[in-house]
Amino acid sequence: MNTQDTRRPSGKKLSLKEKYAQMTRGLGWDTTYEPMDKVFDQLGLEGIKIHDWDKWEDPFRLTMDAYWKYQAEKERKLYAVLDAFQQNNGHLNISDARYVNTLKLFFTGITPAEYNAHRLFSMLGRQFPGPGAAIACQMQAVDELRHVQTQIHCISQYNKYFNGLHDHTVMNDRLWYLSVPKSFFEDAISSGPFEQIIAISFALEYLLTNLVFMPFMSGAAYNGDMATVTFGFSSQSDEARHMTLGLECIKFVLEQDPGNAAIIQRYLDKWFWRGYKVLGLVSMMLDYMLPKKVMSWKEAWDIYFVQNGGSLFNDLSRYGLRMPKYWEQSVAEAEHLSHQTWNAFYNFSGAAAFHVWLPSDEDMAWLAEKYPNTFDQHYRPRIEHYRKLQAEGKRYYNPSLPMLCQTCQTPLIFTEMDDPTRTSHRQLEHDGDTYHFCSDGCRDIFAGQPDKYVSAWLPAHQILQGNCVEPGAEAAGDPGADALRYFHVVAGQDNLDYEGSPDEANWLRWKGLDKMPPAAAA
Amino acid sequence: MSVEIRVASIDPIRQTFARTARRFGADKPASRYQEASFDLQPRDNFHYRPVWDPQRDIYDRRRTAIEMRDWDDFRDPRQYYYATYVLNRARMQEAAEKNFEFVDRHGLMATLNAGQVQDIETLLLPLRHLEWAANLNNCFISAYCFGSPMAQGAIYTTTDRLGIAQYLSRIGLLIDGNSGQSLADAKARWLDDPAWQPLRRLTERSLVQKDWFEIFFAQNLVLDGLIHPLLYAPFHSGVGDAGGAYLAMLTEFIKDWSADNQKWVDACLKIAAAESPVNRARLSAWTTAWKAQALDALAPLAQRAAHLDGPERLAAASRALDQRIAKLGFDAA
Repeated sequence: MNTQDTRRPSGKKLSLKEKYAQMTRGLGWDTTYEPMDKVFDQLGLEGIKIHDWDKWEDPFRLTMDAYWKYQAEKERKLYAVLDAFQQNNGHLNISDARYVNTLKLFFTGITPAEYNAHRLFSMLGRQFPGPGAAIACQMQAVDELRHVQTQIHCISQYNKYFNGLHDHTVMNDRLWYLSVPKSFFEDAISSGPFEQIIAISFALEYLLTNLVFMPFMSGAAYNGDMATVTFGFSSQSDEARHMTLGLECIKFVLEQDPGNAAIIQRYLDKWFWRGYKVLGLVSMMLDYMLPKKVMSWKEAWDIYFVQNGGSLFNDLSRYGLRMPKYWEQSVAEAEHLSHQTWNAFYNFSGAAAFHVWLPSDEDMAWLAEKYPNTFDQHYRPRIEHYRKLQAEGKRYYNPSLPMLCQTCQTPLIFTEMDDPTRTSHRQLEHDGDTYHFCSDGCRDIFAGQPDKYVSAWLPAHQILQGNCVEPGAEAAGDPGADALRYFHVVAGQDNLDYEGSPDEANWLRWKGLDKMPPAAAA
Repeated sequence: MSVEIRVASIDPIRQTFARTARRFGADKPASRYQEASFDLQPRDNFHYRPVWDPQRDIYDRRRTAIEMRDWDDFRDPRQYYYATYVLNRARMQEAAEKNFEFVDRHGLMATLNAGQVQDIETLLLPLRHLEWAANLNNCFISAYCFGSPMAQGAIYTTTDRLGIAQYLSRIGLLIDGNSGQSLADAKARWLDDPAWQPLRRLTERSLVQKDWFEIFFAQNLVLDGLIHPLLYAPFHSGVGDAGGAYLAMLTEFIKDWSADNQKWVDACLKIAAAESPVNRARLSAWTTAWKAQALDALAPLAQRAAHLDGPERLAAASRALDQRIAKLGFDAA
C-alpha cells in the first residue's frame, strides 16, 4: 500500500455528499462464503428486479454523528415543553374536554401503528442489501420508535386526568374498530420487503401523511393542546425525511427494471384503497370531534389528495404509473364519509373507548356550509331525529353486531354513492364460503390475495364465536359485557356519551363550571 | 429562604398506563423509561401470516430457542429510551468531534510513524465491514425478536454500529487526505487478505443465522468480547511511539461505547440464563460453538498483530470472556 504518498492530513475538503458517500456507501460487500441470496433472502419473494443497488440516491445524507446531534437538540426542546405542560396542568388549557376524544382515537389507533412501523423498518433495514437503502430504513426504524415514545410521554399527562387512554396497546390488539388500523399495518408488515416499503413509505407517508398525521396535530394546535402540537412540530423534520424516502424508493424501483411498474401499480392500487379506508376515522375526527374545527374532511381530501396527489401521479406517469384505482370514488364519497362514520360510532358507542355526542346547532351550521350537497339533505334530519329521541329519554343504540368488511374490517356502514338509502355491500365466493365487502376496492384486494385475507381476525365474528373473553376471567355469559372486558374498556367510564361521563364531570369541576347554572356552563 | 410559588393542584385519577401499572405497580407515577419501553409490541389476534415466514406469526416467540415466561423482562440497566439514548450519544459525539477536529487542525496524523499508519490500515480500517455486519445483525434482532425492550436495545446498537463504522471511515480519511484510498484498500483486505478471510467467513456465517438470540450471542458477546481487546484496545492505550495518544483520541468513542453497550448485553444474557436450566444449556452450547470458531477466525489477525502482543491479547481476551460468562450464569466452553 502506497500510504506515504497519500498522507495529506489536511486533504481536499469533501462536500457533504462526498463525505457521506465515503463514510457509508462502501460498507457493504458481496458475500462469497455464503451466497448473497441467503444473506438477503427476502428479495426474491415478489418478482421485483433490482440490478444495481448502488443507483440508490440517498435521500438524506445524514451520518450518525449528525443524527445524534440534531435529534438530541429536538428532544431537549420537546421535553422542556412536556415538563412545563405537566408542571402547569396544561391539560386544563384545551378548548373543551371533548377534544381529548381525538387523542384517544390517535393514541389507541395511530401510536401502536407507529410501533409496528418501528419494527417494519428494522426488517427493511436488515433486508435491503444496499447500505444506502438499508441505512435510510434503519434511521426511520429508530425515528418511529421515537414517535411512539414521545407520543406516550405527551399523552402520559392526559392519561392521568382523562379516561380511555389507559390501555392503548391491549385495545389496539382487541377493540373492534381498531382492527381497521391494526389489520392495515399487519397487512403491510406481513408482506414482502418491496410491498412493505411501498405501503408505508410511499402510500402512507408520502401520499397520505398529510391526511393521517397532520389533522391530529393541526387539531391540537387549534384546540390549545400544547403538548401534542409540540410533538407534531418536533416530528415534522422526521416526517419530511420519511416522505422523501418514500418518493426515492418508488423512483429507484421503477428505474431499475421496466417489469417493476406493473407490480408497483398493483401495490399502489391496493395500498391507496387500504389507506383511504383507515382515513374514515380521521374524517369523523375532523368534522365531528374537534371542538374548534381546522378544515372539513372534504377540503382536506381536495387539497392533500386530489391536488397534491394528482400532481405527484402526473410526475410519475413517465414511468407508466396511473392514479390508483377507484380514486374517483374516494372523491365522490368525500361528501358522505365523515357523516356515515360518526353515525356508526353514535350507534355503537357502548362498545367504544371514547365518547360521542350529537353536533350542536353551531356545529350543524358549519357542516351544512362545508357539505352543501349532502348534509341538510341526508344527515341533518337523522341527527335531529336522534336529538328528539334523546330528549324523550330514548337514546338510540344499535344492539346488533355489524357485518364487517373482510378486507378493511370497517362495518358495512357506507351507502352507494348514487343511492344514499342503499348499503354498499359486495360479495365473493372463495373455497365454498361467501365473503363480504364494503366496496369494490376491498373486494378486488381480497380477490388478489384471497388466502391472505381469509385468515383476518374479524372482531364481530370472534365475539359471536365466544373468543372475546378476558384470559383467566370467567365468561359472564353476556357476549357484550364479556367483550367490553376483553377490550379493556371500562363500562360507564370509557364508553357512551360525553354528556354524563366522568370525563365531563371532572372537567366541569376542574374548570369551576360545575357550580354554574347548566345553561351558562354549556 | 425559599420562595414559594402556589399552583392549583388537581389530583390525578390514575398514576400511569395500565400496562405500566400491571408491571410496576399502580400506586406511583412511573418513570419515562418505564412508560416508553415495556409491553408495546402487539400480542394478540394477528390477522395474517407473514409471507417471509408463513409458519409463524408476525411477532412470534418461536424465532429463538431461548424461552422466557416474560419477554419484556429484558430491562436495560442504562434505562435508555430514545431521548436518553440520543442525548447520551450526542454528548459522546461532541467529544469525538472535538478530538477529530483537534487532530485534523494540527495535522497530527503526520506525526504517526509508518508502523502506526500500517497498523491502522491493516488492523483497524477493515473493521468497518465487521461493524457493518454487526449493524445488520442487531437490526435483525430489532426486527424479529420478541418484546419491545429487546427490540429497543437492538435498534440503538444498530445505529451505534453504523456510527462506529463511520468513525473508522473518518480515521481512514484523515490518513489518506480524504481521497478514500485507505478505505478502498481496507475493503480489499477484508475481501482478499488471507489474514482477514477466516473472520469474514465467520461474519458471513453470522449473517445467515435465523435464531435472533443466537445472533445476539455470537455478535454482541463472543465476537465483540474478543475483537475489542484484540484489535481495538491497542489503539486505545496511547502507548508506544509518539502519536499513540492521538489514536487513543480518535478511538475513544469506540472504547466508551463498548463499555456502555456491554452493560446492556450482559444484563440481557444474565436474565436469559437466570430464567431456566434449558436456557443455560442453550447458552453454554452456543458458547462452545461460537467461541471456538471465533478464536480460530481471529488467530491469523493476532499473528498479524504480534508486535502489539496479539497472541497474548487474544489469549487474555479468551480468559476474560470465560470469566464474564461464568458471572453471567452459564458455562464457558
